[in-house]
Amino acid sequence: MDHFVDLTLSGLASGAVYAALALSLVIIYQATRLVNFAQPAIALIAVYTAATVAPLTGSYWVGFVAALTVGAAAGALVERFVVRPIARVSQLNGIIVTLGLLLVAQGGVGMIWGNEQHGFSYAFDFVGRPSPADVFALVSVAVVAALLFCLYRFTPLGLRMRAAAFRPEAARLSGVKVGLMLTTGWAISALIASLAGMLAGPPFISPNVFDIVFVYGITAAVVGGLDNPFGAIIGGLLVGLGMSYVSGYAGPELATLTALALVVLVLSVRPDGILSRPTARKV
Amino acid sequence: MSTELLEVVDLSASYGAVRALDAVSFTVPERGFRAVLGANGAGKTTLLRTLTGLHRADAGRVLLDGEDITRLPAERVITRGLAHVPEGGGVITELTVEENLRLGALWRSSRRDRATEAEVLDLFPPLVERLGRSAGTLSGGERQMLAIGRALMARPRVLLLDEPSLGLAPLVTKQIFTLLRDLRERTGLTVVLVEQNAAGALAATDSGVVLNQGRVAVEGPSTDLLSDDRTRHAYLGF
Repeated sequence: MDHFVDLTLSGLASGAVYAALALSLVIIYQATRLVNFAQPAIALIAVYTAATVAPLTGSYWVGFVAALTVGAAAGALVERFVVRPIARVSQLNGIIVTLGLLLVAQGGVGMIWGNEQHGFSYAFDFVGRPSPADVFALVSVAVVAALLFCLYRFTPLGLRMRAAAFRPEAARLSGVKVGLMLTTGWAISALIASLAGMLAGPPFISPNVFDIVFVYGITAAVVGGLDNPFGAIIGGLLVGLGMSYVSGYAGPELATLTALALVVLVLSVRPDGILSRPTARKV
Repeated sequence: MSTELLEVVDLSASYGAVRALDAVSFTVPERGFRAVLGANGAGKTTLLRTLTGLHRADAGRVLLDGEDITRLPAERVITRGLAHVPEGGGVITELTVEENLRLGALWRSSRRDRATEAEVLDLFPPLVERLGRSAGTLSGGERQMLAIGRALMARPRVLLLDEPSLGLAPLVTKQIFTLLRDLRERTGLTVVLVEQNAAGALAATDSGVVLNQGRVAVEGPSTDLLSDDRTRHAYLGF
C-alpha cells in the first residue's frame, strides 16, 4: 500500500509537469491549429536564464521570475516575428519552423553554456513523501491552470482571446485586435512551458534535458484532446500516473512504452482525445 | 455639409486577376435603408467586405460621415460606427449567447454594458432565455438575431448586413426586415442590406443599388426598381 501511495504521488507530480506542457501546447493549438515544437526550446531558454540569474543574485526566486519573464517574451517574439509571417503562407511551414527553432535553440544553448550537464540548485527538497518538490509542482500547476481558467472564462481579455481563436474574422468585425491576441496567447503558453521547464529541469540541465519530457507533454495533449485545456490536464496526470505505476510495478524500462500504449489505447477509442468534442470540419 | 452618411466613391477590388468590384459608387443618407441586390457573384459580399476593411480596396474611397476609412483595418472600422454582420452571421458558436453579445460592446469598454444589453434583448426576446447557452444550440433565425444583436451592442451608426435571409423561413426573414425598419425609425440607424431575395428586400427598403459583374447596373428608389419590369427581368430574376 505504501508503495502504491508513493507511486501515486510521484506520478501526480511528474504528471503535473506533463499537464503544464500539454496545456501550453493546447493554448497555441486552439488559437492557430499549430503544434508548437519550439515549446521545449522556450523551456530551455527559461531554465538557462534561471541557472544564470539565480547564482548571480543569490536567490532562486529571482531566477524563477526571470525565467518565466524571459520565456514569455521569447514566446511572444517567436509568434510575432517567426511563426506569423511563415504560417500565413502555409500552416505546415509554421510547424516545421517551430521544429527548426528547437534545433537552433538547443545549438545556441550548447554554444553559450556548453553541452555538458550543469547542476541547477532547486528551492525544494526532493526527499520525503510527498517531497516538497512534488508538492510545489502540483500546487504551482494547479494554480496556473486555475488562473488560466479564470482569465479565459471571466475576463474581457479572455473573451477577446477566445473569439480571436474561434472566429478571427468575426472577432475583427467586433473590434478585436486578432494579431495582438495571438501574440498574447503565445506569451501565456510560453510562460506555462517555462514553468514546466523550471519544474522538470532540476537537478541537472543540459540542452537536451526537455526532449523526453516534451514527448510526454505531447502525449498528454494528444490523449486529452489537442483542443481541450481540461483534456490536457487530465491527459498529463494520466500519463504521469500510468508511467509511475508501470515503472514501479513492472520495471522502469517499460515506462516509455506506457506512454505509447496510452496513445494507442485512447486514440483507438476516441480518435480526437478523451475530452474533445467530435467536430465537423470542411475538407 | 451633406446628409450622406456613407459615401462609396469609385471603389474597385479584385481577387488576383479577377476584378470583383469595378468603380462602384453610391451613397447612403443618414437614416437611410438601402438594399444592394444582384445575382450570385455580382460583387455584393465583396462590396461589404471592402467597406469594412476585410478585403483590400484596389482603388476608390469609402467615406463615413466625411472621414476616409478606406484603409482602416477591420478591427478599427467598428470604432468609427460601421458594423458588419457577415454572411451566415459570424456568430461564434463556441461561445455562449451572452458572451457573443458582450463581445460586440467590448471595443467601447471592458465593463459590461448592461443597458445596451437590455435594449438589444428587448428587440430579440427569444435570446433572453438562451443567454447562458452555447450559441451553437441556436436555430438559424435565432443565430441571425444574435448576429444583429452583437452588431447593435457596438452602438453603430451604420449597419451592414450580408444576406440575413440566407437559410431562413420566409416568415422569419420578413420579421427581420420589419425589425430593421423599426430600428431605423426608433434609433435613426442607417442600414445597408445585401440580399439575394430581391423582392423582399425592395419591399422593406427605401432605395436599392443593383450590382452586375462588379458594376452598378441600376439604382433608384425601391418602388421604382420593383415596378420596372426590365430591371426585374434582367438583374433580379423575378
